[in-house]
Amino acid sequence: MKTSKQIGKPVSRLEGNLKVTGAAKYAADYNESDLVHGYIVNSTITKGKIIAIDESSARKISGVIEIYSHTNRSKLPWFDILYTDMDAPPGTPFKPLYNNQVLYNGQPIALVVAECFETSRYAASLLKITYEEETFETELMMRLAAARNPKKGMATSIKPLPPSPTGNFEEAYEQADAKYEGEFFHGAEHHNPLELFATTTIFEGDGKLTVYDKTQGTNNCQIYIANVFGLHFKDVRVLSPFVGGGFGSGLRPQYQLFLCVMASLELKRNVRVTMDRAQMFTFGHRPQTIQRTKFGASADGIVTAIHHSAIAETSHFEDYTEVVVNWANMLYPAKNTLLDYKLVPLDLFTPMDMRAPGGSTGLHAIEATMDALSYELNIDPLALRLLNYSERDVSADKPYSSKELKACYLQGAEKFGWSDRNPEPRSTKRGNRLVGTGMSTGIWDVIALPAKAKAKIDREGKVKVTSAVTDIGTGTKTIMTQIAAETLGISISDVTFAYGDSKMPLAPIQGGSYTTGVIGSAVKAVCTALKKKIFRQAKKMKHSAFKKVKFKDVVFEDGKIFLPNKPNSAVSIKSVVIDNEEKVIKTSKTNIPNLLKIKQYTRAAHSAAFVEVEVDEELGVINVTRAVTAVAAGKIINPKTARSQILGGMIWGISKALREETLTDHHLGKYMNTNLGEYHIPVHADIHELDVLFVEENDEIINELGSKGVGEIGLASMAPAIANAIFHATGKRINKFPIHFDALL
Amino acid sequence: MKAESTDRENNNDFNLTTSQVKLKINGNCLQLNVLPWVSLLDAIRDHCNLTGTKKGCDHGQCGACTVICDGNRILSCLTLAVMKNKSEITTIEGIADGDELHPLQKAFIKHDAFQCGYCTPGQICSAIAMLKEGKANTREEIKEQMSGNLCRCGANTNIIDAIIEIKNKGNYE
Ligand code: FES
Ligand code: FES
Repeated sequence: MKTSKQIGKPVSRLEGNLKVTGAAKYAADYNESDLVHGYIVNSTITKGKIIAIDESSARKISGVIEIYSHTNRSKLPWFDILYTDMDAPPGTPFKPLYNNQVLYNGQPIALVVAECFETSRYAASLLKITYEEETFETELMMRLAAARNPKKGMATSIKPLPPSPTGNFEEAYEQADAKYEGEFFHGAEHHNPLELFATTTIFEGDGKLTVYDKTQGTNNCQIYIANVFGLHFKDVRVLSPFVGGGFGSGLRPQYQLFLCVMASLELKRNVRVTMDRAQMFTFGHRPQTIQRTKFGASADGIVTAIHHSAIAETSHFEDYTEVVVNWANMLYPAKNTLLDYKLVPLDLFTPMDMRAPGGSTGLHAIEATMDALSYELNIDPLALRLLNYSERDVSADKPYSSKELKACYLQGAEKFGWSDRNPEPRSTKRGNRLVGTGMSTGIWDVIALPAKAKAKIDREGKVKVTSAVTDIGTGTKTIMTQIAAETLGISISDVTFAYGDSKMPLAPIQGGSYTTGVIGSAVKAVCTALKKKIFRQAKKMKHSAFKKVKFKDVVFEDGKIFLPNKPNSAVSIKSVVIDNEEKVIKTSKTNIPNLLKIKQYTRAAHSAAFVEVEVDEELGVINVTRAVTAVAAGKIINPKTARSQILGGMIWGISKALREETLTDHHLGKYMNTNLGEYHIPVHADIHELDVLFVEENDEIINELGSKGVGEIGLASMAPAIANAIFHATGKRINKFPIHFDALL
Repeated sequence: MKAESTDRENNNDFNLTTSQVKLKINGNCLQLNVLPWVSLLDAIRDHCNLTGTKKGCDHGQCGACTVICDGNRILSCLTLAVMKNKSEITTIEGIADGDELHPLQKAFIKHDAFQCGYCTPGQICSAIAMLKEGKANTREEIKEQMSGNLCRCGANTNIIDAIIEIKNKGNYE
């Protein structure tokens, strides 16, 4: 077998040079000539009607070009279907400036376009808006009685609703020797990528637009714009070569895209619209969720009964759902289960996927419950997981396509030094700080989707592979280049992976940790197809050594094709291309996953996190002093960028457990801390020793690469491990995130 | 990158007049006519077309807009352009020596000290000026001194590793 040359190498990010020199251009960085600027005005009430907008002072400002609102917007279609997108939950998508209805606080209600940014911002502050306010409800806790089942739709086929009850939960729980019953809560969280949402629209004339947008899906935005504004989709080109962080916020077209394109079409000019930081809190968030668990186990530590229910918020117009309660029985094979997931519609914008959506929520409750159970049973937390380890997904009655979670537990524990632990809570001190350690399991499912890619090789032997996919900082460009080079048996310096352009072959939105598997498989498939084409051409060459040879018998390596047992049969790929009349060989390929095969398995990445915390006994200040996360995610294409993904996930875990939360003033129905000074995320000084290890995992089922993706799995296990470590340090079990010092005093 | 000055705000009737501001940015002398409310950040990005400096909050809360002004790191979003007349400014575009990357830029690539890259220009400018300040000697001190520069991707440990590498080598001039 050919040795692997590119896959598995810690290649440095190929766009690194552009990112460290400031040459990487993000959506707001295109200073086209004659650019005008739009500033968005948001509603200051939560629910009601706009009665009047007094634009007179704003229009007096010289430099103001136009002010758009529901009163003078472009003619728009009213069919919901035209406003839908690849990540739309069941319901009615929000239509900006559609009418005078205000559905949530911060809803965009006007756009002021001016010759320069400062003028647009100033003029926007002069609009006087009269509203008729209606009563509203934004507080989940006040509306729990209204919880109902979510509507079914496209989204719920990817994010399955909970499975039906199994066995007899009530009876099994009643008879259990050890029990834990918990209530868990986290508030709303906002993605807050560092880049502000922005769109620069270039009005090309002839009904054509070039749009630089901050998004996780160029095709998604292209189709949305074409549908909403009645343009031919070929006339709309959406580019997103650099994206300053996504974390899910760019999975749906955001309203600045709509407003910017509308203004550009109306004014026939180049327009830029950028949100400010407060506006970054006005579209989509991780929904506040309340969860209840009841786990029961026999005296020897076997979990026999699992109840897990969740109630999450959604908007009145869409049913956003996530998978919160399905994970416990995938991990722990109890025979008696009762799982439930419900929604409460509130006067808010629809929540949206935020890094490890649902998984990070559910695992908090599940893994803290397991931890509590371990203390009830007097069994080490890690030993309890091992006692309940299952090679099969009992909840779906399927085998795992691969599952090296046990290796994560054992190797992670070894690296962390878990065995040195004194099991007694409050047993260890360092000066005036209590020291505790905790662990948690992580799981994230592997999604398979179709995707297309193109590949072309020129007479210099240079290969270009293209896909419309984005690279939100995950390392997509680098790993796709590695996959192409490996498949073709050439050096990565001979491959260019071009991406982030809707003109390129169709790609799904970049989320769910599936880009490596989905786009990677398409890249591998197209490069294999290219090889076959090159080989057919090689057979036609004069004196070809391959005349009677089959494709499967030759090897592509070091830029050459040869028969493994006849080294002198070698021809360079370059010479084959030159021999071809067109002097270039190209092909395209849509990779369609074999659903019949993969659906027979449960497919998931796993992780185990081990965390040490210090808690100041008098002040309650919490510090995560060190942590190890062990990950089983199949083949790791690039250990350097994959490690960074896991580190990022771990830091998100620290943030989730200890820092970030969007707070609402329910009298106003308004988020209060809509800035980076008061929406806390960890700073450098908060981050200490973090370690990542990848365990060997072979998976021949999930996709062509055997790779599972690492975007979410690092977060999934981290936050519960911190909560568990805090319990070990202090003896206090705090089930509300984020955990602040006051909860410990 | 070539910087060019434009004058977009010469007509207004609400008592704001443009002022002339002379800046030396990355070695180039520029003369801008800007309204007094234009931040240094917007002047650099929109008037000088140096878009490497980023806007993450416009409120002094994220550090993405950090530039080096007369040797000190400053938040360009909290600075009005007119306050910096006759100043010498280095932005991320001026850190490398032509095609030769600054040692810290190389260390950032080597340590994978960025993911999306949006905080990177600010982190690099901030770190270079921070090292020259000479206040931070230990890892803990460097983390503290760099805490005004947020990274939402969570590249924190890699960023600090990169800074420490060049601090230890002493080649950050
Ligand atoms: S943009 Fe200046 S600190 Fe955030
Ligand atoms: S690399 Fe994305 S914010 Fe730092």
